[in-house]
Amino acid sequence: MNASENSPSGPRLDRRSAIKWMFTAAAATTLLDHGLTAAATTAPAGVGYGTDPDVLKIYKPGDVWPLTFTASQRVTAAALCDVIIPADASGPSASSVGVPDFIDEWVSAPYPSHDADRTIVLAGLAWLDAESRKRFQNDFVNLVARQKNAICDDICFVPKAEPEFLNGAHFFKRFRDLTAGGYYTTPEGMKDIGYIGNVPLDKFEGPPIEVLQKLGLA
Amino acid sequence: MPLITSSKTQPVYDVVVVGSGAAGGQTAYTCAMSGAKVLMLEAGRNYDPVKETPMFQTNGQAPLRGGNTLDKPFGFYDATIDGGWAVPGEPYTSASADPAQKFWWWRARMLGGRTNHWGRISLRNGPYDFKPRRRDGLGLDWPMNYEDVAPYYDKVEMLIGVYGSAEGLENTPDSPPGVLQPAPAMRAGEQYARAKGKALGLPIVPIHRAVLSMKQDADKIPAKLHPNNPKAQRVLADAMRGRQACFWATPCGRGCSIKANYQSTTVHLPPALATGNLDIVPNAMAREVTTDAKGKATGVIYIDKSTGQEHRVTGRVIVLAASSAESVRIMLNSKSALHPNGLGNSSGKVGKYIMDTVGASLSGHIPALEGLPLHHEEGAGGAHTYVPWWLYKEQLAGKLGFARGYHIEFESGRRMPNGSTGAGLEYLTKGSYGRKFKEDARRYFGAQMGFAGRGEMIPNDDSFCEIDPIVKDKWGIPVLRFHWKWSEHETRQAAHMQKTFAELISAMGGSVRAKPEADGAKAIEPGGKIIHEVGGTIMGANAKNSVTNQWCQTWDVKNLFVTDGGPFCSNADKNPTLTIMALAWRSSDYLLDQLNKGNL
Repeated sequence: MNASENSPSGPRLDRRSAIKWMFTAAAATTLLDHGLTAAATTAPAGVGYGTDPDVLKIYKPGDVWPLTFTASQRVTAAALCDVIIPADASGPSASSVGVPDFIDEWVSAPYPSHDADRTIVLAGLAWLDAESRKRFQNDFVNLVARQKNAICDDICFVPKAEPEFLNGAHFFKRFRDLTAGGYYTTPEGMKDIGYIGNVPLDKFEGPPIEVLQKLGLA
Repeated sequence: MPLITSSKTQPVYDVVVVGSGAAGGQTAYTCAMSGAKVLMLEAGRNYDPVKETPMFQTNGQAPLRGGNTLDKPFGFYDATIDGGWAVPGEPYTSASADPAQKFWWWRARMLGGRTNHWGRISLRNGPYDFKPRRRDGLGLDWPMNYEDVAPYYDKVEMLIGVYGSAEGLENTPDSPPGVLQPAPAMRAGEQYARAKGKALGLPIVPIHRAVLSMKQDADKIPAKLHPNNPKAQRVLADAMRGRQACFWATPCGRGCSIKANYQSTTVHLPPALATGNLDIVPNAMAREVTTDAKGKATGVIYIDKSTGQEHRVTGRVIVLAASSAESVRIMLNSKSALHPNGLGNSSGKVGKYIMDTVGASLSGHIPALEGLPLHHEEGAGGAHTYVPWWLYKEQLAGKLGFARGYHIEFESGRRMPNGSTGAGLEYLTKGSYGRKFKEDARRYFGAQMGFAGRGEMIPNDDSFCEIDPIVKDKWGIPVLRFHWKWSEHETRQAAHMQKTFAELISAMGGSVRAKPEADGAKAIEPGGKIIHEVGGTIMGANAKNSVTNQWCQTWDVKNLFVTDGGPFCSNADKNPTLTIMALAWRSSDYLLDQLNKGNL
């Protein structure tokens, strides 16, 4: 096998860490109010696509197994997606190209390797709303940008997070990775990040001269 | 492809081949082109890459953005059907509960087997690789030399189409002029590595891969491959004209609907079928080789998976090409009064000396690659460049602490985004989000390079497989139980890989994403993870300590051959597929000659 065949999977909390966080989070009052322990630890009901799926078909989230976000989880996820990837001159926002549906598909997947992400994302979304209400008396989606950023600044970088925000930071890290992977695989996201491949060429001539010059090779 | 069902098989065939991948494809091709009547049994379903390959689908069009799952361990679009390290209903077991002693066995249940998804890296074993024990006193020597196999490397390379260059490097054979296709230009990251790796003494050169960088010469090659055989020449010329050159756009691991790369299903099987000499039965799970009262092989018993019924087919010669471990399984399950320990096993060596390739990897961020002007970097759907092993002299002088070498494979460029694109960048972005994150994602896209080492494992007494005394698969066939252990030659090599990758990343002005692992036992991938499973029916110079002779013919049963990786008695760092095909062609020539002489 060559290196490119081992398609990288995103870094993620292992199951044990996720469950550990569940216990910590549950003890911290707010999560229990949402009945989340049960929701986050119950395996989704669907089945996978099997070992011989139709690979030519174009799929969208929900086609193979049911999506499981509640209405409120969906709203919070979309709001956070757009804090992470807002619209700019190069491309649209994450929620406008269906990234929350992808995250829903991801945490609803009936594969054991998704259990940890299901736990961390559902618990994290609940924590985010609880934190929003605690600080600003409103759900995350209803906060103004300054308020959203105030929370996100506390959880956006694990090595710098205060102990009380460490679990939130682990959630944010994972959620940002999912948002990015969901976004940059859409046509709009591929254009945004600068991917121009997947089109047949008559010949392959390697990098153009201006690339080699920039690298000091020409 | 026009395949047949169990009820349509002929009463007797010249050759029955079990398996349809690199070994089965090459064996059936050589035999059918020469006029022998061949039956091929494939345990998986029919598969047609022309109709079934998702060439231009993007990851956003797949469940989970195309990512890995239990159902598709290399991702949704990987050209593996009903396969992976676990096949439902077809288990294997491990003798030890220790993860370090577990062997991971990848199978694909589909026509063409693993050739549909493989990396297409096609490196020749060199002169040292056939005589490793003579060189350093370790492992086993092959009962032939590089020069004996070289003409078959030439033939296979011309048939399947391999790009590469002649570099004149030690133990890294050049092909004769006119055999290889032109190597594609190196990508930006590969060229940058070549320039900066010079200081470390690394020879960064074009890799060899089984991808057509131009259309094959259908007017000349067939006559070279099949002299004095006008029918074979005509059939092959037609098949070659049906293959297109690479269009530099899509990953080879999905397979190739334009037949620009080698897979058995697009290169070996179409011309073999066009001769009218090949029948293929899919969904045929071989259980055992039958024998007569004199101990000669007579045929194969298989389970037709579509009906669950048992069938028998008859052949003058039986060739196992089922993958090295699966062929071991069939031989050990073929017990009779004359062969109480399994067929071809009077030496007790069937199942012994299984090997994989040593694997370790490291990736790094290369600031020089940030923000390069956009340009096409997909190339030939895989690496264009590699580093062949370069420390032969130091190693022979005992300076390295491990006995065998490795090569380095590269991954670079702005390739099709997947579910991990933009992920894991915190160590560079310090946790950015919002517009800053989008700027960062653009900046770092394609500025990472991955380095993977692929090294030689020396066969050892602790790595073998046998029949599990209890467990059977869903077809009632006893399964394999694996034993596995790396030696320090492998683990130290893995640690050396990590050190080298870190030095190369540093020489390129980059930084590693994860700290290089100094403990080789932690750096090394588990056995089987590189999917270069060979050995188990090793060849040798005599019947006492090996299973086959140099023609892949079992010592005990002269009309039983094993043409997959099983006869490998060493596993050089060179990826095994090209050598499997060269040996399968060579064995098939011998088999046909012996058959014509009435010796089988």
